[in-house]
Amino acid sequence: MAVETKRLLTTSKAISEAIAMEMERDPSVFVMGEDIGTYGGIFGATAGLLEKFGPERVMDTPISETAFIGAATGAALSGSRPIVELMFVDFFGVCMDQIYNHMAKIHYESGGALNVPVVVTTAIGGGYGDAAQHSQTLYGMFAHLPGMKIVVPSTPYDAKGLMTAAIRDDNPVLYMFHKGIMGLGWMTPNPRATAHVPEEAYTVPIGKADVKREGRDLTIVTLSLMVHRALDAADELAKEGIEAEVLDLRTVIPLDREAIVASVSKTRRLLVVDEDYRSFGLSGEVVSTVIEGAWGRLERPPVRLTYPDVPIPYSRPLEQFCLPDRDKIAAAARQLMA
Amino acid sequence: MPSNETLREMHHQMVRIRLFEETIQKAYFEGKTPAFDIAAGPVPGEMHLAAGQEPVAAGVCAHLRSTDAVTATHRPHHVALAHGMDMKRLAAEIFGKDTGLGHGKGGHMHLFDAATNFGCSGIIAEGMPTAVGHALAFKKQDRDDIAVSFFGEGAANQGAFHESLNLAALWKLGVVFVCEDNAWAISVPKEKSTAIANNSDRAAAYGIPGVLIPDNDPVAIYEAAGEAVARARRGGGPSLIEVKTDRLFGHFEGDPQLYRSKQEFALIKERDALRVYERRLIDTGVMTSQDAQATWDRARAEIGEAIEFARSSPYPEPASALLHVFA
Ligand SMILES: Cc1ncc(C[n+]2csc(CCOP(=O)(O)OP(=O)(O)O)c2C)c(N)n1
Repeated sequence: MAVETKRLLTTSKAISEAIAMEMERDPSVFVMGEDIGTYGGIFGATAGLLEKFGPERVMDTPISETAFIGAATGAALSGSRPIVELMFVDFFGVCMDQIYNHMAKIHYESGGALNVPVVVTTAIGGGYGDAAQHSQTLYGMFAHLPGMKIVVPSTPYDAKGLMTAAIRDDNPVLYMFHKGIMGLGWMTPNPRATAHVPEEAYTVPIGKADVKREGRDLTIVTLSLMVHRALDAADELAKEGIEAEVLDLRTVIPLDREAIVASVSKTRRLLVVDEDYRSFGLSGEVVSTVIEGAWGRLERPPVRLTYPDVPIPYSRPLEQFCLPDRDKIAAAARQLMA
Repeated sequence: MPSNETLREMHHQMVRIRLFEETIQKAYFEGKTPAFDIAAGPVPGEMHLAAGQEPVAAGVCAHLRSTDAVTATHRPHHVALAHGMDMKRLAAEIFGKDTGLGHGKGGHMHLFDAATNFGCSGIIAEGMPTAVGHALAFKKQDRDDIAVSFFGEGAANQGAFHESLNLAALWKLGVVFVCEDNAWAISVPKEKSTAIANNSDRAAAYGIPGVLIPDNDPVAIYEAAGEAVARARRGGGPSLIEVKTDRLFGHFEGDPQLYRSKQEFALIKERDALRVYERRLIDTGVMTSQDAQATWDRARAEIGEAIEFARSSPYPEPASALLHVFA
């Protein structure tokens, strides 16, 4: 009997596959960014596209982010569907105006007449010693600004489906992939970064969270690489009889508040795990959502395990001190249960 | 023409930079073989080395004093060393130690040194506005110190490059802008990123001198920098110097460099500026091959000590991560 073997892909391959399939389906889709052609993207998200589609549709750009990210907005206004990569989220400062004052606002300012279907892709996250200007996550900062959808996948399956959905979406979508989920040969190996990905095109709906592990005792709301850390912690906790539910947000904007409220209403305890800075951001928003939507159900005050409000330090013991990890998550969960 | 002593000192600087970069390269791969893991070993994260670009640092910094401000890039070691940064504290920062310049907080792309008025940034072109600000402060304080901003040719396509040149020219500030054109911005070759062949031509747009050094020659760089520095010191305003230089290693360590041809590797090895310059100094009698050997030995000893200092220094206390957010 033939054994059915499921095709395994890394997250970066899942992303480039989704882009390739949409480029085949829709000639108005093209890609541009720094080192996305010959190099295939520093994080492999565009690997193989230049060979397949040629330099007219897979364009290496100069280091001129204001110009080429602004150009993506213009191209989208005139009928293209650009995917534009900016390597590390930390670099957005140099071109922020084009993003938050233009790409994100034109649909609204035009009274809904104009659409800006751009996908902006970027790498987020630290944990490997890349220090203050190459390790941030920053989705909370972008989420504060109206007009952009924000997706933050944690698995190869979600990465492909969310990329397909992002390209087909008529809004600007910021697509943020953590370097630690990509399955890159030069990062610390992560077994969860390679998984089955269907060959056909499919979408994962933008705005829908996903229960990555069911549990009755507490809800860990998290996203991106911290989903993997939370699942590892949940395995530990299970040995002690604590069953944690792990809710992967997958999308920051629009936030799936219903899923958060539903899960916490069931478990009655909330732990938010977030690699982004602590204050004025995602973790506070999740807690507010629960206070507003599940106040009477809460057994305990919600707990946040986040990056502290400090720039990301270089030295390993300093960075590890700041970064949420499996053991810190498990400890926070135990406290919440005590 | 620089004095023989200056010629020898530039050689010495180039030698210690080359050896430092080679030593850091070795240390970087510790714990990263056979399987490369960027997070592993005594030196984690990205590592951008400047072997091949020594002439630029040596030729320009020969004119500077420690109160002159220098801003550099993600590839900063050559400039930091040539400007007189303490090698031990530099090495310790690269190893993430408490004795490092930033107590391990900064790392190799974020070196800040009050003693040599040095700073750098991992964000392309973003050291340039800061250099303008240093020069602005010097002007306000009636000091004849100047600011020098080093950047790659890739940075010259950023808005910050153009804005900084204009502002420095408009306010007649003492800035020397030094473009290190190593032909590559990661995998993107200059001709695929830049509409003109020479960034020095862009100086004309701001009414300031633009000088092209076509061949990574430390002496030519020294002479051009001498003029630009003197002009800046006497209140004559900014200049732009562009040097065609070579990046001997990958963009970062671990870069497979599939975008570069075998011929290019052969060519840049063949024209290695340090080797060529050393040969020339010996051939013209500026130094003997024994002198050269002594310089290498001296540099090797200095680097050995610096690396030993870095390795044997303690790591910072983990909770010190929370310090120094505010003054
Ligand atoms: C604003 C910004 N965009 C992109 C990057 C990613 N990046 C780092 S180095 C580099 C190439 C820089 O080339 P160049 O300025 O010529 O300097 P070189 O690396 O050759 O020394 C790029 C694109 C960055 N650090 N900052």
